[in-house]
Amino acid sequence: MPSNTIIETEPATVSLLTKLRTENVSMIFSRDGKSMSVLENINLEVGDGEFVCLLGPSGCGKSTLLSAIAGFLKPTGGEIRIDGEAVRDPDPRRIFVFQERGVFPWLTVEGNIGFGLGRLSRAERAQRINHYIRMVGLEGFEKSYPHELSGGMKQRVEVARALAVNPDVLFLDEPFGALDSITRMVMRSELLRIWQAERKTILFVTHDIDEAVQLADRVVVMSARPGRIQQIVKIDIAHPRDISSPRYLELRDGILSQIGLAHNV
Amino acid sequence: MRAQDQPGRWERYFWPVLATALFLAFWYCAVVWSGTKIFPSPREVVRGLAELIHEGVLYHDIIDSLRRVAIGYFAAVALGIPLGLLFGWYSAVNQVVNPVVQILRPISPIAWIPVAIILFGVGDYAAIFLVFLGAFFPIVVTCVDSVANVPLIYRRAGSNFGLTPPQLLSRVVFPAALPQILVGLRIALGIGWLVVVAGEMIAVSSGLGFLIIDSRNSGKRYDLVVGAMLLIGVIGLMLDLLFRRIETMKPVRWGFRHES
Repeated sequence: MPSNTIIETEPATVSLLTKLRTENVSMIFSRDGKSMSVLENINLEVGDGEFVCLLGPSGCGKSTLLSAIAGFLKPTGGEIRIDGEAVRDPDPRRIFVFQERGVFPWLTVEGNIGFGLGRLSRAERAQRINHYIRMVGLEGFEKSYPHELSGGMKQRVEVARALAVNPDVLFLDEPFGALDSITRMVMRSELLRIWQAERKTILFVTHDIDEAVQLADRVVVMSARPGRIQQIVKIDIAHPRDISSPRYLELRDGILSQIGLAHNV
Repeated sequence: MRAQDQPGRWERYFWPVLATALFLAFWYCAVVWSGTKIFPSPREVVRGLAELIHEGVLYHDIIDSLRRVAIGYFAAVALGIPLGLLFGWYSAVNQVVNPVVQILRPISPIAWIPVAIILFGVGDYAAIFLVFLGAFFPIVVTCVDSVANVPLIYRRAGSNFGLTPPQLLSRVVFPAALPQILVGLRIALGIGWLVVVAGEMIAVSSGLGFLIIDSRNSGKRYDLVVGAMLLIGVIGLMLDLLFRRIETMKPVRWGFRHES
């Protein structure tokens, strides 16, 4: 495992190559003759191997932005470039992880994880599946169907399915939103472990401030209707993060007040 | 699976058997008390059926009916599923075809009997054609609906892994729609079984439908009429139970309300 704990405190993004860039991206939905601006002038740059959280209240367009970056939606204005190429369609080099609802219920754990490995030989595929089953700790459940698994296990299957095709970028849309709080904590640290091992670029959508501050190199705070980038906060704390450290609390409270919430309920 | 969720093993058989016994008792009493000379009692029905078995007729009638259903039904499945998937997948095609389907669908297959006889003459093919019609439309309609109901998330996940449209249809949309399609297939099989009886009353001279009409016409053998009716019911039930077993298979089980 690379010892990136020290490097993390440096202003990492500056030295990183740009992986992904959005230029003046805007999105207007029209429904029943009315048009609604969902995203306005989104300019975002994400470095190679960076972990970026998109944070905002529900309805701020963060999921829409992620879907656009993944190639599922076409922005009505502006352009999205990954590795310098304009994004037009979804691509196996960049995998979108939904909440655990994206797991295919008609396939076993093995079948799901091997779903994107059609081009490999049988032996290679089996070996790859095996590797990722171990990585997400699902040994013994290879032949199980998703409806026989808990929510957290299904989420692992989906993460493993994404990792198995060896993408450069992972998009995660509130991946742990449906899990109980204990499982969510476990999944967060596992995601960090996997990220540190595999060095993917990660774009992670959440409405949970703590989640964002625990995970991200940078937190992109978005405001609602139309969705705009309000502020980008750099989280300069090394992993593993002490979530009771003064710096952590300072960053979290800073974001809280940025969103306009007092931090005493 | 917890014990209290499941009725005891004896209960699963006890209540259906009891209900059947009560039904037979009621039937018997009704015949005796009303003093009818026409409507048979359960004993007479059993005796009549035994007679038919003895003559070796019954077996052939059952096989003929099942054969016609099987051929018509599988033709409807083989044609209906691909067409339904296609219509569901290409909504533009569906917009063109749907009005026609919706007009043809409510027409009872029995209304097609004259047309079937013109097309195929009196014989097997006419009856098979009716079964086909009865099963075909429900299959197409459920396929179209079930494809439309496949969650966007599955399609997106599939296309994210670089699937081409045909791959997406076969590897994501079809398996995702399969549980709902199976429900349509089961209903279609039931309709096929209903229709074959009607078809056999007019278009052919064998099968359980023919047995009913022939028993009435030649000698008013109502014991055989009722016997054939009961057989139709029992075989229909068995076909349905057989189909329900498919619904518990693992790749489709998630779509049904079975407890895992």
